[in-house]
Amino acid sequence: MTTHLSPNTLINEITQELGLTEINDLGDSILVKTDELLPIATFLKNTPTFDFQMLVSITGVDYIEYFEVVYHLLSIQHNQRSILKLRCYDRESPSAPSVVAIWPGAELQEREIWDLMGIQFTKHPNMKRILLWENFEGHPLRKDYLR
Amino acid sequence: MPIKTEPTIINLGPQHPSTHGVFRLRVSFDGEQVVDVEPVFGYLHRGTEKLAEERTFSQIVTLTDRLDYESSMTNNLAYVEAVEKLASVPVPERAQYLRVLVSELQRIASHLIFTGFFLQELGVFGTLLMYCFRERENVLDLFEMLCGARITVSYMRPGGVTQDAPPEFWENLNDLLNKLPQLIDDLENLITDNEIVIARTKNIGILSPQKAIDSSVTGPILRASGINWDIRKANPYEVYDKMDFNIPTESNGDCYDRYLVRIKEIRESINIVKQCIKSIPKGAIKNPETPFFLRPECGEVYSSIESPRGELGFYLVSDGGIAPYRCKIRSPSFINLTVLRPLLIGWKMSDLVVIFGSLAVNMGEVDR
Repeated sequence: MTTHLSPNTLINEITQELGLTEINDLGDSILVKTDELLPIATFLKNTPTFDFQMLVSITGVDYIEYFEVVYHLLSIQHNQRSILKLRCYDRESPSAPSVVAIWPGAELQEREIWDLMGIQFTKHPNMKRILLWENFEGHPLRKDYLR
Repeated sequence: MPIKTEPTIINLGPQHPSTHGVFRLRVSFDGEQVVDVEPVFGYLHRGTEKLAEERTFSQIVTLTDRLDYESSMTNNLAYVEAVEKLASVPVPERAQYLRVLVSELQRIASHLIFTGFFLQELGVFGTLLMYCFRERENVLDLFEMLCGARITVSYMRPGGVTQDAPPEFWENLNDLLNKLPQLIDDLENLITDNEIVIARTKNIGILSPQKAIDSSVTGPILRASGINWDIRKANPYEVYDKMDFNIPTESNGDCYDRYLVRIKEIRESINIVKQCIKSIPKGAIKNPETPFFLRPECGEVYSSIESPRGELGFYLVSDGGIAPYRCKIRSPSFINLTVLRPLLIGWKMSDLVVIFGSLAVNMGEVDR
């Protein structure tokens, strides 16, 4: 059976190895700060004990006060999954760092989130709309999107 | 004097027979060689995720039929599993067996379509495609007996399935299972050792295992690259833990291997269906305590299954209402497309359609 890595273990390891302390335990996932995402992602991918080589899915969720970006990670070798989250509080122009350099599988998914949810991913190689056309106005999956 | 060349841009699609729906490729060629590819899609975007936010948890089942319309049963299954996890709804055992049975039939039907079109893309017009469609038709007839629909089945509900199988379903299923192995043998006789097929597909469009994992590729494409990863084995859902089956893998990761993995999976699926028939218990097919309007507690769940194309996952967020607050669909076809550009660059024009076909994307699922 696929196990779910407990957020506690993750936080302990990350604090020990990277010295980052502002990581919150959300019960089933960990909440990281926007500017600490990249070092944590690199660490989780390259550490053999975690080996989270596959980024299964990225999701954007609009909670009105903030946007949440959810990263579902998978380690095929350990048959283990884990969830990373980060929050963007800026509603006008929310942005998060792109993880394409770490997990190339994020390329289309980040474009989709920009298209439908309106979260910019900085340093993405090709940050364009993907499902809707270029002059489309607004981002339909936002809760305040009016038809 | 050196000959001056400049790239030619050719537009493939969106209305093109080999693009499996409305998919467009802007390809730059240097002579016959592909130098750059820009996939353009979204022509079939219906806003499924947004629509789901305004429907009750049971109504969304009908939306999932229309994602990957070649495998509606597995879409249903992925969705109802996520809802059941979110609302902790137990499912009777007979319903679980029926679910596994129909998903494996669906896998057979979906892989048959793949085989037919794969050959079509190599230039084998008509005959083999029709052989495959003839057998797929039998599977769809079985679905019609189960729920009255062939493609938009909506067979599953949170807590079970809609109807039990009628007696003639089992007779027809037995007939089909007796016929299918022979058909697969016939197909393999025509394709697997065929010199032309091998010349056109072997060592074409090679995807290395590391590249496959990095690009989040799942399903038969990942297994063709030599990685033994199947959610049915890695995290058995429903009654897959009681089934005895193998995960076919190949090592080369080329177009031929992607075909081989799928044809072997058809045989494994036949095997699983037979085991289901043998051990299916009697009893209820739906949990009678499931309310019509499910109101799961506030929370979120990510649940995924092995669909014919890879990991199909649903990420549901509930705010305690009758509709999900957010319903994200992790569709395998869409994410498998990440690898298309690096796979195509450097190959010839004639290989382009073959490589794209071997990924077997379904536009209903890509555009959602």
